Amino acid sequence: MTAAPALLDIHGLRQSFPRADGGEHLVLDGVELALQQGQMVGLLGRTGSGKSTLLRLIAGLARPSGGTVTYLGQPVLAPAPGIAMVFQSFALFPWLTVLENVQLGLEALGLPETEIRQRALAAIDLIGLDGYESAYPRELSGGMRQRVGFARALVVHPNILLMDEPFSALDVLTAETLRTDFLELWGEGKLPIKGVILVTHNIEEAVLMCDRILLFSTNPGRIISEIAVDLKQPRNRLDPLFRDLVEKIYVAMTARKASPVAIGTAGERTATIDTVLPRVSANLLSGLIETLAVAPFNGKADLPVLADELHLELDELFPVSESLQLLHFAEIEGGDIKLTDAGKQFAESGMDDRKKLFQRQLLAYVPLAAHVRRVLQERTNHVAPKSRFLDELEDHMSTDDAEGTLRAVTAWGRFAEVYAYDDDSGAFSLENPS
Amino acid sequence: MRVNVPISVGGWARLFTRWDILAVLLILGLLVFLGEASRHLFEPLAELQQQPPSLDPRHLPEYAARTTLRMLVAMVFSLIFTFTYATFAAKNKYAERILVPLLDILQSVPILGFISVTVVFFMELAPGRVLGAEYAAIFAIFTSQAWNMAFSFYQSLRTVPAELEEASRNFRLSPWMSFWRLDVPFAMPQLIWNMMMSMSGSWFFVVASEAISVGNTTVTLPGVGSYIALAIAHQDLKAVAWAIATMLVVILIYDQVLFRPLVAWADRFRFEQEPGGVAPQSWVFDVLRRSRIVERLTEPLGKLWRASLRPRRLDKPLPAKPAPRRSNGWIGVLFGFLAIAVAAYLLWRVAEFFIGAITLGDVGTALLLGLATLIRVIVLIAIATVIWVPIGVYVGTRPRVANMVQPVAQFLAAFPANLLFPIFVSVIVAWRLDPNIWLSPLMILGTQWYILFNVIAGASAIPAELRACGVNFRVRGWLWWRRIALPAVFPYYVTGAITASGGSWNASIVAEVASWGNQHLQAAGLGAYIANETEAGDFHRVVLGIIVMSLYVVLINRVFWRPLYFYAERKFRLG
Repeated sequence: MTAAPALLDIHGLRQSFPRADGGEHLVLDGVELALQQGQMVGLLGRTGSGKSTLLRLIAGLARPSGGTVTYLGQPVLAPAPGIAMVFQSFALFPWLTVLENVQLGLEALGLPETEIRQRALAAIDLIGLDGYESAYPRELSGGMRQRVGFARALVVHPNILLMDEPFSALDVLTAETLRTDFLELWGEGKLPIKGVILVTHNIEEAVLMCDRILLFSTNPGRIISEIAVDLKQPRNRLDPLFRDLVEKIYVAMTARKASPVAIGTAGERTATIDTVLPRVSANLLSGLIETLAVAPFNGKADLPVLADELHLELDELFPVSESLQLLHFAEIEGGDIKLTDAGKQFAESGMDDRKKLFQRQLLAYVPLAAHVRRVLQERTNHVAPKSRFLDELEDHMSTDDAEGTLRAVTAWGRFAEVYAYDDDSGAFSLENPS
Repeated sequence: MRVNVPISVGGWARLFTRWDILAVLLILGLLVFLGEASRHLFEPLAELQQQPPSLDPRHLPEYAARTTLRMLVAMVFSLIFTFTYATFAAKNKYAERILVPLLDILQSVPILGFISVTVVFFMELAPGRVLGAEYAAIFAIFTSQAWNMAFSFYQSLRTVPAELEEASRNFRLSPWMSFWRLDVPFAMPQLIWNMMMSMSGSWFFVVASEAISVGNTTVTLPGVGSYIALAIAHQDLKAVAWAIATMLVVILIYDQVLFRPLVAWADRFRFEQEPGGVAPQSWVFDVLRRSRIVERLTEPLGKLWRASLRPRRLDKPLPAKPAPRRSNGWIGVLFGFLAIAVAAYLLWRVAEFFIGAITLGDVGTALLLGLATLIRVIVLIAIATVIWVPIGVYVGTRPRVANMVQPVAQFLAAFPANLLFPIFVSVIVAWRLDPNIWLSPLMILGTQWYILFNVIAGASAIPAELRACGVNFRVRGWLWWRRIALPAVFPYYVTGAITASGGSWNASIVAEVASWGNQHLQAAGLGAYIANETEAGDFHRVVLGIIVMSLYVVLINRVFWRPLYFYAERKFRLG
């Protein structure tokens, strides 16, 4: 297998966007990746780790700022024949029937009508969509819709199948069925594809499906670790080896250095004024603190166990736990999360004391919140427009991040009653509505 | 379905961008060019004096057919314009910068006042004079249809879901194929809705464009519009009634044969994935779809069509989007220079046209008269709001009533104000009323319905839970209106009011001057000013009047409606 040339070669790939202050916002940096024949590679990371961007660069939908993508020895400058994609939200054409949707890629190839029909029907048959040929997507359930997405991609007989979180828009049971069906067809060699790249933020899904998993950091997206999965298919989630791998990934993703957990730009644990803050509601923070405080966790939890217990995916659990760490309500280390004294105290308090505690932590550990309050105090009328802070943030981060960060700090500030914000006038103030 | 906003709401950080200024200059230049051309060509027009149409109702079927043909031809041109202009604007970022503001300002130009000018222009272009008048009429109808269609198409193209766009590129659809497979289907429901609005609105222009007098020359084309004009000139009430009946029949035929089938067909292009609501029905569509003969006849066409979508060897997939960079490079610089050069040239031409012919006093007069029309528009919109918002909410919250009211309102929206001249003029003369006040309602006659349409749509979109919540907390009376109904319909109302206000300005050109036989009434206003100067054949002042009116419309849109629209979208949008 390894003797064959790689299907796909990626060298020093980077992608950046211009920022308002003249600098650039790095999304993806120094990505090296080779996809061999017969392999399924998982790209695992959180929102903002640039893994979807990477997939679009591979698909030839966008051009990178630097580095190269080479497919079968040719640079990818436009959508290449032989690379097909399955989309997160299915991306089916609502005005085409199942059959017409599947035929679309073949029509674009300019094949004769009889061959188009034959191949489309064969793909529909393979993927288990028999009988649905003349249905419109809106008549189908989510799982059936994604099957159409798979059939449409497979029918063009691509060498590489790109999957952009294909199961994340489905409910748990449907997703599992679809995964199993796909793995079965892939294992039996019934799929006309030679390699798969799967983007996901679900750790178990990656371990269940992939031969190799690349872990991505956030802001910018870099490959921080590569994990080979040598377990035999079909894999069992309860297998101790399987659990070990999941645990290992959690540990890798919460490691101190160059970790995606640290939200700070330089991988630090404490926020600075230019730290991009996740948008997590105070309610969610309280909820997690309360859950951690009581049995069975009693103040300390293994992240994979916690994720399982709360049915939270990577993308949901990490922002909350990171925010707790940021506010020094909890510490994260080696795949574990542990409440601090402040966190324990918070769990035991009533609403008024919680607000006071939150206020203390917020002003002490989130410099942006302290900054907003200081500016308001310094002004004679104690009012400052939102744009004042937004402009300041945009010097350090992208417009979207600045907007999100300011919203996060607004929501936390409101909960802690540190300052008020009026959306109609777009102004922060020290006064609460009376 | 809610109508898309008829004004540009793209970037709203600034009141006017430099591209708006270039757009204004381009349109000024066009107006001046047409005015100039027509002035020189004015003389030979005197030769053309056509047979006036007869008032015999037996001619009406033929007249109706001719009018219909004009409207359909104009619709074809509007569609061609929509598919090219809007696509170019949406796909090319340089084109977009100028084409979008251009369209925004174009639709503020009261073309009703310009029909006479274009008639002269087109007659000189065409080999036969009558054909020239036909061109001019079709052009006038086209201008009443095309702008909002192009606007809706542009807005749809800009909102094609990113994943669908990526899918079509990933599967290497050629640009031609992805246009017909993705862009057009996605835009279709909105576009058809706008085509219906355009058809309704263009009746107004049909009446104005089939019978035109410039100076002491009258050009008439056989059609329903000229029939109405003649009936008014002869004070023939019976003929007016015949005309109304004919219009009713034609509108009904349009509805049954053209639009209902289109709406039923376009239902498949709804983007919402969830099944829901009652699918629109059309017996014509059902017959067409089930008929074997139709299937046989259309099969070869379908084959040809699919073959055209088939990629040729020269077709290349669209290249990847270039890496994001800051500077536009030298193309951007060149484009900027070109824009400045064009602007300077146009400014010079416009100045040249006006210097000597127009005094500052003229400008002042036009501005002052514009103020009078502005006050009328504001008062009328306010009155229409007070009347139609409560009725719209009442109707919209009762689906069965709404189903009955909608088609009636649609007919009324198509009803040209001219047909009510007899009543208004007779009443005003008989009771010695002030035309400055009592002619005004004619301005809003055709456009007030857009407020009603939109409020009905808004009220029927209030979520059942929200209404149940109101019932549960016993929210009633004024509190119910203040807290539930009015906020829920507000964004819809704003969209309708923008359309109504723009249309009223245009209508003022017809409505501020009314006649019935030899009784002529006038209100002081910019509309009357344009109408009078047209009759006098003074092209300088016609152009001045049109420019001042466009200025008012654009300013009101930018200063009042656009901010209100954003406010409504931000604060009251449900879901």
